[in-house]
Amino acid sequence: MTTIKASKTKPVPTFKQDKKSVYLTKQLNLWYGDNHALKNIDLDIKENEVTAIIGPSGCGKSTYIKTLNRMVELVPSVKTSGEILYRDRNIFDKDYGVEELRTRVGMVFQKPNPFPKSIYDNIAYGPRIHGIKNKKILNEIVEKSLRGAAIWDEVKDRLDQNAYSLSGGQQQRICIARALAIEPDVILMDEPTSALDPISTLKIEELVQELKKDYSIIIVTHNMQQAARISDKTAFFLNGEVIEYDETDVIFSNPADKRTEDYISGRFG
Amino acid sequence: MSVREKFDYELNSAQEQLILLSNMAVNALTKAVDALAAHDIDAALEVIEDDSDINQLEEEINDRVILLIAKQSPVATDLRRLIVIIKVATDMERVGDYAVNIAKETIRIGKEELLSPITEIQEMHRLATAMLNRVIEAFIEEDIVKAKEIAELDDQVDALYGEVINKLLVAGAQNPDKISQITQLAFVCRYMERSADHATNIAEQLFYLVRGRHYDLNK
Repeated sequence: MTTIKASKTKPVPTFKQDKKSVYLTKQLNLWYGDNHALKNIDLDIKENEVTAIIGPSGCGKSTYIKTLNRMVELVPSVKTSGEILYRDRNIFDKDYGVEELRTRVGMVFQKPNPFPKSIYDNIAYGPRIHGIKNKKILNEIVEKSLRGAAIWDEVKDRLDQNAYSLSGGQQQRICIARALAIEPDVILMDEPTSALDPISTLKIEELVQELKKDYSIIIVTHNMQQAARISDKTAFFLNGEVIEYDETDVIFSNPADKRTEDYISGRFG
Repeated sequence: MSVREKFDYELNSAQEQLILLSNMAVNALTKAVDALAAHDIDAALEVIEDDSDINQLEEEINDRVILLIAKQSPVATDLRRLIVIIKVATDMERVGDYAVNIAKETIRIGKEELLSPITEIQEMHRLATAMLNRVIEAFIEEDIVKAKEIAELDDQVDALYGEVINKLLVAGAQNPDKISQITQLAFVCRYMERSADHATNIAEQLFYLVRGRHYDLNK
């Protein structure tokens, strides 16, 4: 019997090696007290890509994303081991200032959380903290950030209105604009559309596609179809471990691990 | 019933319908060839008439699968399974069409005495239906080893096809008055050869279903 070979037109794209790593996680472990929440995580996250993190509730995906900007340290009794290299530098190094890290890494949360201020002041908040006082420069930053978050046309005539007067989807884009205003390198998104209606969700998804040209985006999502639609790579977390990390096309068409297949097919989780 | 159970139930139902469709198509092929050998016009007419059932079942399967894809957004093996069901249904429906074509040739030939290659045509039919029946089994069991063996049988059908066509050409030279029957029989051979090709297609689909990659079993 002759051996059979698969045709060369396989739909499986190979990992592009030429892209630089933005985050390189090596053997990361994290404990909340006695609870071992992240176990030996190794992940190589590339720049100018959308990396989706999926997995059932409690699998550690939010913990992981909050570790990337060291927000997880706000939880008492957190202990970590291993390394996270951001642009080749270990973020756990004693001389690595957390403020410095967070000016490079913006974050958008599940529920839109604008400040109870005007739309303008929401966006100008970060730059002002960083010492920018010149009104003209601030105006430019505000417009550029709002345009970048695809909401400029909707709010340009009412920048002095309270951000709370906007819809949920608009508020979330204000939060993205606020993250863009400090000109970050990475944007972390923790379930950014789970509180939004389908149209707003679509707008955010389109925005993410647009933003990856200039930023690296890491997004935690419960919406599997969203991960399939918008991400380049997908990491599947389960019980604090990375079960599989591959091109999104592979994860959703022919995953290597049965647990990944079971999860994306809705057999558990 | 949970959402996942409902999905599995619908998927199984579509698979069962596909198996039914396959059996109907293979039976139609057998009935058509038997009718040809026996000059049984009534049986040939039945084959033609019953084909609408096969067509309708294929449509039902397609509708069911499309609805499942639209409503459940399946991925990975689930998605491949559904796509493969649609493709196999198309292959089997086509086998049903060949049965109809053979039935029409039978009616055209009428009561005219058949030339000798009919035994080889029956042998082709035996091989083609064996392939189709086994590919259905392989499909049910998702057994790619079996699928590979089926594809290898296709070489025998192809060889036989070449042989019968040669014999028909010789017979045509010897019996110029039977040139019409010879043409009809050549078509019948072609339909049988195509039916076997569809079995090979299905075997390839089975590889795709199990492995998630495309294979060419015709090499």
